[in-house]
Formats: sequence, C-alpha cells, structure tokens
Amino acid sequence: MSQTEQLSYIAGQAADARLNLELETDGMVINLGPQHPATHGTLRLVARLEGEEVVEAEPIMGYMHRGYEKLAEVRTYLQVTALINRIDWLGSFANEVPFILGAEQLMEIEVPDRARWIRTLLFELSRIANISLFLGEMGLQLGAVTPAFFAFRDREFVLNQIEQVTGGRFHPNFDRIGGLKDDLPAGWIAETKSVMKRMRTFCDEIEDLLVGNEVFETRMRGIGVIPAEVGLSYGLSGANIRASGVDWDLRRDEPVGLVYDQLDWKVWTHPDGDSFARYWVRVQEVREATKMVEQILDGLPSGPIMAKVPRIIKVPKGEAYIQTENPLGAMGYYIISKGDLTPFRLKIRSASFNNISITPWLLKGTLVPDIITILGSLYFILGDIDR
Amino acid sequence: MIFAVDLLLRDSIGLVEVGIVLLKVGVAFVLLLLGVMLMIWFERKFISDMQNRIGPNLAGPFGIFQTLADGIKLFFKEDQVPAKADPLVFRLAPYLALVPAFLIFTVVPIGGDFSGGGDGTVTWWGRQTFLQVADPPIGFLIILAMSSMAVYGVLLAGWASGSKYPLFSAIRVSAQMVSYEVALGLSFASVLLMSKSFSTHDIVLSQGGYEWNLWMTGLVPFFIFLLAVTAEMNRPPFDLVEAEQELVGGFHTEYSSLRFALFYLAEFMNVITMSGVIVTLFLGGPEGPEPFPLPGWLWGIFWFCLKMVVFLAVFVWFRATLPRFRYDQLMNLGWKLLIPLSLVWFLALATLQVSDNRDWNDFIVLASIFGGFVLVGLLLKRALKTAAHNPDPDLSAPATAENNVEENAGRNTENNFDIENLKEKDLGGKN
Repeated sequence: MSQTEQLSYIAGQAADARLNLELETDGMVINLGPQHPATHGTLRLVARLEGEEVVEAEPIMGYMHRGYEKLAEVRTYLQVTALINRIDWLGSFANEVPFILGAEQLMEIEVPDRARWIRTLLFELSRIANISLFLGEMGLQLGAVTPAFFAFRDREFVLNQIEQVTGGRFHPNFDRIGGLKDDLPAGWIAETKSVMKRMRTFCDEIEDLLVGNEVFETRMRGIGVIPAEVGLSYGLSGANIRASGVDWDLRRDEPVGLVYDQLDWKVWTHPDGDSFARYWVRVQEVREATKMVEQILDGLPSGPIMAKVPRIIKVPKGEAYIQTENPLGAMGYYIISKGDLTPFRLKIRSASFNNISITPWLLKGTLVPDIITILGSLYFILGDIDR
Repeated sequence: MIFAVDLLLRDSIGLVEVGIVLLKVGVAFVLLLLGVMLMIWFERKFISDMQNRIGPNLAGPFGIFQTLADGIKLFFKEDQVPAKADPLVFRLAPYLALVPAFLIFTVVPIGGDFSGGGDGTVTWWGRQTFLQVADPPIGFLIILAMSSMAVYGVLLAGWASGSKYPLFSAIRVSAQMVSYEVALGLSFASVLLMSKSFSTHDIVLSQGGYEWNLWMTGLVPFFIFLLAVTAEMNRPPFDLVEAEQELVGGFHTEYSSLRFALFYLAEFMNVITMSGVIVTLFLGGPEGPEPFPLPGWLWGIFWFCLKMVVFLAVFVWFRATLPRFRYDQLMNLGWKLLIPLSLVWFLALATLQVSDNRDWNDFIVLASIFGGFVLVGLLLKRALKTAAHNPDPDLSAPATAENNVEENAGRNTENNFDIENLKEKDLGGKN
C-alpha cells in the first residue's frame, strides 16, 4: 500500500467512524458534494444506501465557513452590515435589517416613519428576489430546465429595482442605524408597481408549468413529509414550518420596527408538510409579498429617512436579540455591546442552519432522487448555513 | 440472403452496383453525421427560444458551427482513464453506444417515389434501387436488436468507470431500457399486424394512399411507441440515466475528450434514427403530396425530413417542459400501464383482422374486445391492489410521515426533545 492509499484509507475510516456507519453491511456510501450539481453550494451529504434507498444520511457543513461572527467583533457597526449582507446572498437586504434593528434598540433611536416603510418595502423586494429564484430552481432540481430560466429572467427586474434604490444588485448595504442611506429615486414607484404585476404573472406561469404538472406533483407530493411537532423540535422556521400547518410568521407575530401590522396581508399555511406543500406555500408567499409592496408604495408616508444619530456610533452597554422573518425563515442577531465602536459579540441565528438539521431524520428511507427533491424543497442557501 | 430483395442486387452484380451501394453507405454516413451536427444546433437553438435565451450564435451564421467547434475542442482534450476503471471495457463502451445508432439508420427508407402507387424505387444509372442502405427482410428485428444493443454501451460504460454515480446509472439503464423494450416491441407488433411484413420498405409500401399506421392502428400504439422510444433513448423526461442533479453526469461522468464526444454523438444520433423509425412505422415514411413536379424521390426526401423534424421538435419540447420521472414511477408507468395497454391493444387489433378475414359478426367482435379490455383492466386493478397489500419493503412508500415517526421515535427521545410539550407551546395553531 502506498502512502497516499494508506492516508486515504485512514481518512475514510475516520469519516465512517465519525458518522457511526456500520461498514460490515453491503450498503454503498456516497458523497453528494461538496461539489455536486444538486447541492447548490458546498454542502456535503454522506449517504449510506441500500440499492437506491437511503439508510442513513448526514449533512456535513463548514466548507464555506467565513467566520462572520468573529469578524464582526473587530468592525464598526457600519462595517458589519457590509459583511452580513453575504449571509443569505439572494435576499441581502433582509440580512441587514434585524442587525440594524437590534443596534437601534440598544441605542434607543426613534426611526422616522418613512424609513420604516421603505425598510419594509426593500425587505419584501428582497424576499421576492430570493424566493422567485427558488420557484424556478426547484424545477431544475427535478430536471425541468425552463422554469429556472423564467425565474432568472423575472428576478432580474426586481434586482433592477433594488439596484435603482440602493446601488447594489446583490449586496445593497443600504440600511443604516437610524434610517436609510438614501430616499427612493424619482419615478421608481410606478416602475416597481409594473414589476410587481410582472412577478404575479411569473407566479401564474410557474403554477402552469410546475404546480399543475402531473410529473411534478408525483415527484413532490408525499415526499419528505415533516409533521408539525417534528419540525418544531428541529427548529424549522419560515415556509418550511408553515407548510407543516404551523401558523407562525414573525412578520405578524413579532413585528419589531417594521410596518407589517399596518398592511393587509395573509399568512399562508398548508396542512400536508410535504415537498409540494413547501413549494406551494412559497409561491403564495411571493404573491403576498407583491401585494404588500404595492400597499407600501401606496401608503408611503412623507418625511425624513434618517433620524438624528451621532457622527461616531457607539452602542451603549447592553444586550439585544432581534429576529425577523427572512426569506429563508427566522433570522436573528444577538448583539452584546460593551459600549465600544464594535459589537463585543455577535451571535447570528440563521434559518438555513436549523432547516438543514432535519435532513438526517427526513432522508431516512427515501430514494436517491428524493434526496434531491427534499434538499431542494427545504431551500437552504449555503452562505446562510455556514456564515 | 439479406440483400435478396433489393432490386439492385437481384441480377448480376457489376461495378456499377457495387458503386451504388458504396455511394449509399457513404451518403448515409455523412448525412447522419451532418444531421447530428444540425440536430444539436437545432435543439440548442429551439430550447433557448423556449427559455428566453439566445443560444449559440457566434460560430458561423446563427451559430450553426457550434457543434463542430465543440467537437474540435473535445478532440484536443486530454483523454483520461480513471485509475479504478477497467481500461479495455472503458475504451470499448463508447463504440458500443455509437455503432447501433448507425446501424438502425441503414434500414430506414429516407426517400423514394412512393406517391401514386409507386413502389419506392429510384433509377440511377439505369439500375433500380431503394433509398435505404439495405432492405433486409428482417428490418424490423434489426431495429429492435440494435436498440437493445445500445443498452450495452451505457451499461458497460457505467460499470467500467469504477465510480459510484456511473454504477448507479448502469443499474438504472439496464432496468429501464429492458422494461421499455417490451412496450416498444408490442407497439411495434401492432404495426406488423397492419403491414404484414418485417421489411421496413414493405411497411412503408403498405401505408400507401395515406393509410398511415398512425390512424390505421388507432393512435394508441403510436403514443406508446413515442413514450417507449423516449425512454429507450434516455431523453427527458426519462433521462434518469444521466440525471444531472442526482448522478452528476450518469454513465459518462468519468469520460472526457473524444470518448465523451462519442457518447454525445450517439445520444443525438439515436434521436435522429428513432425519429426516422417513427416516421417509417407510423407516418408513411417519405409519402406526401407533390404540389409541383420534381424528380419523385426528391419530394420523398423532403417529406421524410419534414416529418422527422417534427419529432425532433417534439423531443426538444419534452425536454423543455417536463420534470424528470422518479425511478419507481418510471417502472410503474412502463409495467403497469404501457405494457398491458399495448398488449391488449395488440390482441384487439389481431381479433379485428381475423374477424375481417372470416366475416364474423362485427357486433359480437367489438363487444368481446370491449369485454376483454374491461376484464384486463379489472385483473390489473386487482393485481395492483394485492401488491399494495403486500408491499415490497424496498420500494414502497419511501418517506411517509408514519414510517419516519415510528423509526425515529427513539432517536428524538435520546436527544431529549420533548415532543409532547412542544405541541402545547404557543407556536402552533395560532391564527
């Protein structure tokens, strides 16, 4: 045995021992990832199979760990937002909001109304940008290529709107303690309304292409069923738990700092808890978000967009935990401040990390193609898992 | 005697006859390769139109030379054989995939003067001949045999790669292609009942006067054939063999360079030849109206190509629209729907033929055929019900909630998750 073979043998043994796999059976162990077309990122999934049936599967994360919690400790509050933008990179603005809200809570700043409304507006826009991509990509996971292109095509318009306001398509870095960096540009409101109409048409298209498709339904219905109590025990959040019939939405239940309580909207749930339910709930969520955006555009109050804040921001001593309903689920920041320019400690609770933790339980006894369905329908983003 | 029926070879064989045969072989070879090139371009362009993209547009006018450019690029890539692969079989497999695709095309009549009761011959240099490379009396069997042979290319490629995903692909392909072969053969048999010949030329000839098998066999065999052929070629929505999201690249994951190009070539060549076979069997081959006079065989080629392009477009359309079936769903569709249906349809057609010959009472025949359908349907339903009562532990009901809850009950208590208390928490059931 050459040295390389020996090393790889030892490494294999170590990996197996860590996963508690029984090697004496005839099963086959496959690695899905970290470089695999279906894991959209660098998630590694080690699955032991009997034929095509999964006996045991475990997600292994950390291939994209960037250490934001530690990095944030040596950056000022303004600099931190540029970092945490990159956590859930598809709905970037939504990452900034809970952090800023937490800091504002510690500083006891009263944010002007207009800023709160525009924050909610951008929050929902980033939700649309995020979830609409999922709607297309789920088709891609199942082998239907076209919906993904439709999703990219229509998401482009939403990104354009975000870019017009913030200057950044992916990473706006727009939220400031005490308000927002800028006001909306001229002519933006009418344009956004037409984009929202377009997104609703996109939802209809997706429903025609996928939701009403028999093959899609047979691939999704009854696959990866999460009962409500199990989902809650694993800490699922967002559409994943709402698809199991749990009516829990932080936008309605803990509307801190944002204006959801002044809007007319509905929390969608689905009793089934399977992959199809998760998909369906997300389609409805995009629809609901477009309606919310339109309401916000109609009811936007006038006034300043920035409160009076000191030139040099020092957050007073204290602790705050704020969580919001992000596109992927509940996301929260626990900020501990010692009264410095930088946070003393920043704990990030991201939705995907909890959502993905149910996979070992969920994948037991499924078939290999269903791994893809389930992973896809849980909808995680690697940046949101690893941070 | 395989060439016995070709008019060209009936009498003495001289230099001209040999020349004509060589010409036909050469033209068929070049046409097929050119066709593949155009087909890949057509598929990419057509599917990008459906998906709001532009598609290849740089190499040549409308990007028509894109395939050529890709081929040249692949030609100069490094040819790798994985360390764990079986080198001989690994190298052999691409050819096993490619050759059957070529051979099927030899028995497809691509033209000829079939209009107005013509016998489909053309006259070149004073010799009469068919516009197909060969017309063996067993052309039908050659098609079936070669499409079965195509399994081996994929199967051996997957097995010889010495890698896990290709192995999966090999297992899938063996089951999928073997089971769809049955439905393919049965719907094929319905065509034979109408044409009463195994020779592809005679099959086309028997459909003269627009008595195409498409409606003469009652549409059902055509659709079964279309589905079975799609599965046989591993085209979406039955492309489980190379399901990118599941198996990375399937059987050709480990292939690179020219060997990969050969697989690619074989796949698209299969699409072309199988479209040709469908046109031959169900759509009257090169038959069609002749609005203004041309040499008769030119019109034949025109109509043949037009019909073929329709099917090429249909296959691309499938790919653009439909998600992929799951493995067990594919098997269910094949064994529980397509095979019984095509079998019963075949028997019904046979009964009708016999009753025609012997002047049986039409009413009784139709009633008994209907009765047969109902009987088979009921039997099938009962069989499926029985099967559902005794589920196969490996394949049935993969991830129902109950299964998982029971299996994992211990697991959750180990982790000290108190499910009962969580239920009571105010998180659930609030509205």
